[in-house]
Amino acid sequence: MATNAHTEAAGGHKAPFPPFQADTFASQLFWLVIVFAALYLLASRLVLPRVGGIIDARANKIEGDLSEAQRFKTEAEAANAAYEKALADARSRAEALAATTRDKQAADSDAKRKTLEQQLDVKLGEAEKTIAATKATAMGNVRSIATDAAAAIVKRLTGMEPSADAVSNAVGDALKR
Amino acid sequence: MGDPIHQFQLKHLFSLGHIGPYEIVFTNSSLFMLIALLATAALMLIPTRSRAMIPSRIQSVAEISYEFVANTIRSTAGKEGMKFFPLVFSLFFFVLMVNFLGLLPYGFTVTSHIIVTVALAMLVFLTVIVYGFYKNGLKFFKLFVPSGIPIIILPLIVFIEVLSFFSRPISHSVRLFANMLAGHITLKVFAGFIVMLSALGIGGIIGAILPLALVVALTALEFLVAFLQAYVFAILTCIYLNDAIHPGH
Repeated sequence: MATNAHTEAAGGHKAPFPPFQADTFASQLFWLVIVFAALYLLASRLVLPRVGGIIDARANKIEGDLSEAQRFKTEAEAANAAYEKALADARSRAEALAATTRDKQAADSDAKRKTLEQQLDVKLGEAEKTIAATKATAMGNVRSIATDAAAAIVKRLTGMEPSADAVSNAVGDALKR
Repeated sequence: MGDPIHQFQLKHLFSLGHIGPYEIVFTNSSLFMLIALLATAALMLIPTRSRAMIPSRIQSVAEISYEFVANTIRSTAGKEGMKFFPLVFSLFFFVLMVNFLGLLPYGFTVTSHIIVTVALAMLVFLTVIVYGFYKNGLKFFKLFVPSGIPIIILPLIVFIEVLSFFSRPISHSVRLFANMLAGHITLKVFAGFIVMLSALGIGGIIGAILPLALVVALTALEFLVAFLQAYVFAILTCIYLNDAIHPGH
């Protein structure tokens, strides 16, 4: 074939297919062993621990951050619950205070009202007594005036002085009617 | 330069002398192995220097590479397979890097030489055997005796299992070698058509458009193949290691 002839011309010697040239095997194996051993050592000692370390560190960091976030969340929830409890306590305390204040004020005003009413009752009674006394006095005055007037009327009409007892009895009878 | 085989020729750069009857030569293959080593080190170590909690883009590439290989092992060989993480990682990145470097202009494809892929496959094969017997003792032979098989056909099954076990390093190495070799030959052949046709004048230049388009498409395909073969090599390694860890089927 033309290509084979060309190979021989270019290579300058009778060369088989290059990948099957057995005289190159020793050199290739020698360098392969050195390079591959170096690569293996590089990978196992340097590359993989370093890259693996980076990835592990990141995974740990993310895990730590997540658990810390969870902790903060729980704390926040607890704080919120405590706040709401305090709020509810304060509200119930305020309500109790308001209720007792209201009750006390109502009792106070009741008591004041009662004393006031009693005082008014007393004054009313006294006023009624005064009225009754005044009335009795007035009624007594009416009798004597009527007796005097009746005696004077009788004396003018008849010209004779009536007895005091008769006039008094007659006035008493008239006042009783 | 139209010869599609010429790209696989090893070039002597300098000689280190002899070990026994064998001359140890630093070749273009050795150079690209070293570049692959340095490229892997650069990719994995330079961006991770700062060990940033929030990774830069290039640090993400290093971390994704790590996670990719780690997940491949975990999904095929389980948690116990992670003790072979450095091995699988090294195999994956070595093959990946030399495959990609071979696609660069003037690049040399280390994995287009069967001695390299055979050596890597034998490393995996021997690791499986040594670790299999070390961990399971004689129970490692259960690998060849699937449970729940009628006694009549058991010898046949054991024969097939043994045969498939020992053909593993062959398929493991030849798959990678043949893929890289064939891909690069195809690329070179179609690229050669462009040169040949365009030398024929204006009609040839128009005719060269089709192979040019094919070469562009094939180059993209070869990048896929370069990654895929590295991944296949790594995942087969994991599957074989899984047999050493859990020999019962």
